[in-house]
Amino acid sequence: MDNTLDKKLINYGEAIYEATYQEMAINDNVFTYGLGVDDPKGHYGTTKNLHRDFGNKRCFDTPLSEDSLTGIGIGAALAGLRPIYVHQRMDFLLLCMNQLVNMAAKIRYMSSGEHTVPLVVRAAIGRSWGQGAQHSQALHSYFMHIPGIKVIAPTTPHDAKGALIASIRDNNPVIFVEHRMLYKNAGYVPSESYEVPFGKGRILREGNDITIVGVSHTVEDSLRAAELLKDVGVNAEIIDPISLSPIDYDLIRKSVDKTKKLLVVDNGWSTCGFSSEIITDVAINCSNIRCERMGFANTPCPTTPSLEKDFYPNPRTIAVTANNMCDGDSKWNPPEVTQQEITSFKGPF
Amino acid sequence: MTKKFNLEQAYYLFLLIRESEEKIIDLYSTDKIKSPVHLSIGQEAIAVGVSMALRQEDVIFSNYRGHAHYLAREANLDKMWAELYGKSRGTARGKGGSMHLNDASKNFMPTSAIVSTSVPEAVGYAYALKYKMEPGVVICYHGDGATEEGVFWESLNFASLHNLPIIFICENNEYAIYTHQNKRTLGDPIVDRANSFGVNSCKVKGNETEDFYNITIDCLNKIKKKSNPYLIECMTTRWKDHVGVGDGIDLNYRDHKEINRALENDDLKNLEKQLSEKIVSKIKLRVQEEIKQAVIFAESGKFPNSKELHENVYG
Repeated sequence: MDNTLDKKLINYGEAIYEATYQEMAINDNVFTYGLGVDDPKGHYGTTKNLHRDFGNKRCFDTPLSEDSLTGIGIGAALAGLRPIYVHQRMDFLLLCMNQLVNMAAKIRYMSSGEHTVPLVVRAAIGRSWGQGAQHSQALHSYFMHIPGIKVIAPTTPHDAKGALIASIRDNNPVIFVEHRMLYKNAGYVPSESYEVPFGKGRILREGNDITIVGVSHTVEDSLRAAELLKDVGVNAEIIDPISLSPIDYDLIRKSVDKTKKLLVVDNGWSTCGFSSEIITDVAINCSNIRCERMGFANTPCPTTPSLEKDFYPNPRTIAVTANNMCDGDSKWNPPEVTQQEITSFKGPF
Repeated sequence: MTKKFNLEQAYYLFLLIRESEEKIIDLYSTDKIKSPVHLSIGQEAIAVGVSMALRQEDVIFSNYRGHAHYLAREANLDKMWAELYGKSRGTARGKGGSMHLNDASKNFMPTSAIVSTSVPEAVGYAYALKYKMEPGVVICYHGDGATEEGVFWESLNFASLHNLPIIFICENNEYAIYTHQNKRTLGDPIVDRANSFGVNSCKVKGNETEDFYNITIDCLNKIKKKSNPYLIECMTTRWKDHVGVGDGIDLNYRDHKEINRALENDDLKNLEKQLSEKIVSKIKLRVQEEIKQAVIFAESGKFPNSKELHENVYG
């Protein structure tokens, strides 16, 4: 992180707003659109009043037509604009797949570089307070599978701002993964403009005993697990990959070469997912590494809290898994950790 | 705009498309063109009429049956042929092929092989033109089948909502592969449905170049006065198979009379009749020579190097 810049304490949502505002202010070609971007709530404040500051042409609400609106963004990008298409839930990207996969990802290749698609698609993963099966999906691995698309999933306010600025300036289609449970997270963020680059992860906590790699909100829970693990003398290294495509494999390889143990905690399903990719890379490129993975239960997400609590990995289950990998006491029963952002959330969305 | 219909130019472009497609048919058995081709024969009049009405600043979105749209725009013939051959001199250095032509110098955007998929791109481009206050109009070619995709109507809705400068050119050849329109939708609905979305629409029958030219000029003039989307449903006949170089006649999926009527009404012959023999033979010679040179250009070019496999995935 750059320590020379002037910083202030803001939350993740405000950081996304600040990135958008600053980029729209310096580049007339940047515009923001999506369902509700100009409504009074402005998508958790991330787009609030942009239509007043920049006009309806550069910040507009849309019909409920995600398929065409994705293509419209691609078409505008082909004409030299830099659209940011905002989705209130990642689940809705399933309505956009033809355009994202068949067009956005391939136009550059199919035209041998004659045309590029600088489109940013922001999508928020939902969780808690009854999101259920269709408002909670995390589909980052779908997009990691596709050559021609970049995927970035920042966890901290600092990285949210810098990664969004990098995404807007990037000449490729970018899926910018947000998480509803991160919007209120506060952190010190430089007031000035800066980029958090693709392909670079970050070690958020150094340790020697085990490497834990999270994604988006599970990075938070992994940090909480690391605190629990201190009680049993396990010093966990926590990696936030930030950029999921391209991935900073070097950072992860170096860490596991040191700790010899890798736990990937995905914020999504495990099968054919982020964890499969990371563990495969480590299996090929590193020696004698013990690997485990955690992720969503292999079910759709249930709505009732009594089942939903078992659907997600949590700090406690992460800590127990890590401790077992470190040959700790298998009967260790760490305390529950309050996930304030989850317990305090009261809708109405 | 009172640009007069240029008969010689129309004949030249029409013949260039027809002869280029016929050359593909001649050469296809050699397997030098190792990819699917969706020939435009029978539908040339639309592309020629529309393109001749356009100006440099106008922008074309087409589809996998795009040879006619590409050539009528006077995009690079040599590069198209090299692309068919998969050579590095091609429009996409061999990575696109017949279904993914492009020529940025002519504002001919990369074409898509999935029905209706480039329709919203065309609308988005029109949004950008209006956004940047640039003068061009977008032409969006699509088939009758495209109007059965949801994204098509989503796109018309947005174009209408934002009064975008775009003309949808619906090439209605009545068949989606071998399935007639009357098995796919009730009645004769395209113009009515488009009108109901606030897109001014009309149907043009007869498959004649000059009619398509005139209606396009008319739409361009109206857009110049007030930006709005238009749709022209152009009735036409696909003479050949959906894909490949056969005519599909032995498949008996359609009445032979349909094809015979179309062959009798070939607008290429109508255009030719209106020109002097001297001009016709001059244009024929020119077209033959251009295609001959294009084939030489394609055949003599190199295939891309292996390292190009990984180029231009990201930019």
